[in-house]
Amino acid sequence: MSTTSLEALQICEECDTVHRRRAMTRGEVGKCACCGATLEHYHSLNPNTMLALVLTAFIVFVQANLWPIVTLGLNGRHSSTTLWGAIITMWQSNAQVISVLAAATLFFFPLVKMLSIGWLLWFARQRRCAPGFVPIMVTLHYIGPWTMSEVFVLGALVAIVKAKVYFDVVADPGIYAYAVLTVLITIFARVDMRELWNMRMKDEG
Amino acid sequence: MSALPRAADLGLIGCHVCRLVCRQPPEGADDMACPRCGSALHRRKPATYARTWALLLAAFMMYLPANFLPIMRTASLNDVDDNTILSGVKELWINGSADLAIIVFVASILVPMLKFLVLGTLLISSHMRTDWAQVQRARLYRLVEFIGYWSMLDVFVVALLSALVRFNVLSRVEPLPGVIFFGLTVVLTMLASMSFDPRLIWDSRDSDD
Repeated sequence: MSTTSLEALQICEECDTVHRRRAMTRGEVGKCACCGATLEHYHSLNPNTMLALVLTAFIVFVQANLWPIVTLGLNGRHSSTTLWGAIITMWQSNAQVISVLAAATLFFFPLVKMLSIGWLLWFARQRRCAPGFVPIMVTLHYIGPWTMSEVFVLGALVAIVKAKVYFDVVADPGIYAYAVLTVLITIFARVDMRELWNMRMKDEG
Repeated sequence: MSALPRAADLGLIGCHVCRLVCRQPPEGADDMACPRCGSALHRRKPATYARTWALLLAAFMMYLPANFLPIMRTASLNDVDDNTILSGVKELWINGSADLAIIVFVASILVPMLKFLVLGTLLISSHMRTDWAQVQRARLYRLVEFIGYWSMLDVFVVALLSALVRFNVLSRVEPLPGVIFFGLTVVLTMLASMSFDPRLIWDSRDSDD
């Protein structure tokens, strides 16, 4: 063991097997030989590209939240809603638990995620360590599984189909913004932000 | 298989948060922190059996009212209709589109049930330290982690419809208590699968030392 330095090793998160790190080629995915979990992707994290993506996602996110999602029509009367409209309605209809859940998983956590990733990348592209790097990275780790925008898009689709039976349904710009956001989230999901931990080490060493 | 070294055998600990490889602290020093991110270092997630069982049981207790109580009331001029999750699926199947009905059925009914079965199986089999179907069990765990949050689908559908269908006496949609239980089921099952430590699946290998 003493012959190998710890930086040359990595431990599978799911089965505790120790692997030697090795150089990877483009598009390659390192899998654990024991349990098959993904160990690491090819170092695809280019701070400049990622920053551009985060910025795009942020703009689309703002649009998705401001613009109405769907409009219903019934006998010449119309009713439309935004995400916050739904959150407030749930609060007023004695479903505060759902209201808080939706606000957290569809608004606050995605917002915090985007802002903090943007902040970290802004410094990473200058090869500098962002102020508050450690607490931000730890926060990102914990809110990671709690962002659900893509589920909301599918939910909107189901709601539209259900409403179509009784009402005239018009899809509003908000739903398109959400669709774009979902595509961006899917791209994000392929990038492991934890590579930033290792980039920082390089800077210090 | 047994040729692959495990961190615990080499005296190493991987940080659960930042994945830094650390040397295991000497005897008895349980509360060591990761030198890079400051999180507590554990060989295995702390109290994983107790926490996962507790969360899973709590989730199951919420799951029953979530399915039996109505989640949404649709009211129009001459009729009031309370929908459960299953009746919502049925309505979608008849009126809307069958493919969406299948998606909702899978997300709202099948996935939570699958999570109870899978996590229950993983807990029992890991507790017995069996080396039965380890690769498959690891794969099941990954599946549960991946699909877990899609169950929130129905909750968001109710929230959107309640905000949209507000035509006073003509037509209204309101959330009913079932949807709260359902939201809690999803959150609790997510917490349960997070508190389960998949390394336990492989810990039967430790038994030979």
